[in-house]
Amino acid sequence: MENIIEVQNLKKAFKSYSSRQGLKGAFRDLFTRNYTIKTAVDDISFSIKRGEMVGYIGENGAGKSTSIKMLTGILTPTDGKIVVNGMNPHKEREKFVKTIGVVFGQRSQLWWDIAVQESFRLLKKIYNVPDEQYEEHMKDVIDTLDIGPLLDKPVRKLSLGQRMRCELAAALIHNPPLLFLDEPTIGLDVLVKLKIREFLKRINEKYGTTILLTTHDLSDIEALCERVVMLDEGKIIYDGPLKELRENWAEGKQIQFQFSEKATLEELQNLTKDHLVVWEQGESDLIWVASVDSDETVISGVIGKVTAVKKIADLKILEISTEEIIRNIYVEGAVRHG
Amino acid sequence: MGKYMEMIRIRFLMMLAYRTNYYSGILIYSINIGAYYFLWSAIYGGKENIQGLSITQMTTYIAVAWMARAFYFNNIDREIAMEIKEGKVAVEMVRPYPYLNMKMMQGLGEGIFRLLFFSVPGMVIVSLVFPVELSVNLETWVFFFVSILFSFIINTQINLLAGIATFFLFNNDGLIRAKRVVIDLFSGLILPLSFYPMWAQNIMSYLPFQGISYIPSMIFTEGFKGSQVFEALINQAVWSAILIIPVYGLWVLAKRQLVVQGG
Repeated sequence: MENIIEVQNLKKAFKSYSSRQGLKGAFRDLFTRNYTIKTAVDDISFSIKRGEMVGYIGENGAGKSTSIKMLTGILTPTDGKIVVNGMNPHKEREKFVKTIGVVFGQRSQLWWDIAVQESFRLLKKIYNVPDEQYEEHMKDVIDTLDIGPLLDKPVRKLSLGQRMRCELAAALIHNPPLLFLDEPTIGLDVLVKLKIREFLKRINEKYGTTILLTTHDLSDIEALCERVVMLDEGKIIYDGPLKELRENWAEGKQIQFQFSEKATLEELQNLTKDHLVVWEQGESDLIWVASVDSDETVISGVIGKVTAVKKIADLKILEISTEEIIRNIYVEGAVRHG
Repeated sequence: MGKYMEMIRIRFLMMLAYRTNYYSGILIYSINIGAYYFLWSAIYGGKENIQGLSITQMTTYIAVAWMARAFYFNNIDREIAMEIKEGKVAVEMVRPYPYLNMKMMQGLGEGIFRLLFFSVPGMVIVSLVFPVELSVNLETWVFFFVSILFSFIINTQINLLAGIATFFLFNNDGLIRAKRVVIDLFSGLILPLSFYPMWAQNIMSYLPFQGISYIPSMIFTEGFKGSQVFEALINQAVWSAILIIPVYGLWVLAKRQLVVQGG
């Protein structure tokens, strides 16, 4: 399969000016200014194949948005090579942007004061979409996102969830083979999130649309992406399948017991002294959590021994969440490879 | 071409979305014209003409200058500044159109809207109240429309320059305000240029501003005659062409140093 995005040794540095202290400093700033060079994206390389859905994650200020802006041709790279859809995004901007769709979660690309359908109509003209193609494709998009009733309302009267669905539809008017989503689910409720995820999966299957997604909501990534690229301080610290990341990091499971009568730490430790278990009290003295290795014999052994003696009302086996994994990675600052 | 027509249409819709602005605009322009009319009647004080313009010509000059302003005037400088400050320019950059052309078309949409729904009814009202003399000469009207089209182009190019300057200055409200005063003063909107002292007139003849208001108003009031009209139109055309160079140059520089604010 061909690469739809190819990035080699990409770099972006900004000059950032700092102000001197006090009034005297302010006067000096009028003539000469101090600046430091800040590297937002530092020598990254990766490639994405047609039809992939890739999650692009990182803390605030890790360089996600900057790299997306370079990939979409908004910013010029300081150094390095980018080829997207076979073009150099910045050099051939007008031709290039016809082949991509972009959604910025925090900025609207619809016209604020006019009805949604007028924005769609304008975008249709801008992208030169023929009538038949528009009718067929957009009918599908509008139905799936369920935005039919919103079309004649001005954008300023829509709720965030309604607006976001319209934004997504607007980005897909020309049915681009590549879609960039910069925090598309920011501030949305669960139902809208689910709808958007389902929709993204669908267009990925139906049209083979390649999707690059940045988000702080890892459940989005879990639901959609098989591969993640993780950035920290402008560098890629992990690039690979999400599954592998989980396997290498999520050592161990947690078993949560809810007993019908009081239990003590000593009692429980005694019961499970054959296995390596760390007991912790939960929200009340009826709830206890056992952290164990991810090993079947250990898990069933612990459950067997405890339930043989104590009556339980509820039992849950929890896996360490991706969010916790990511947090651990950032705390350690590097990714261990398994 | 289709996308530009569509953009003009969208601007129409946006103007309609803000009806109050539209009504208050008519009122403000009428008050302005009225104020200048009374001011000039006091200055003339029974004199037949000053600097070759009669009081009727003067009133017509003022009325036409303001009505033409409704067409060429636009806020795209402030819009561009706002888009840059809020980082919205990122969205504009992922659209497959030349940003500046699209901005110009938005200005044109606004201008045509105001010309049709603002200047024309406004002019009817004004000519009922004040002694305004409208030309019956078809040629004059044709020259006038050609001339305000150039006014629009020159004024919009200057606005683009002021707007793009935000890329370098980040906050250029002061520049935009100064530019507006300079245009009102040097374009002959407030005072016909022939009233300025000779040395000032000489300087202004080397500047593009007279092409914005003075030339179309003089054509309409038939203050320019014969070959003067053609010279004036050529002057406007030349400035329209010359200004493309700094606009384009500044834009290329701006794109190179674009920093998108926030997020």
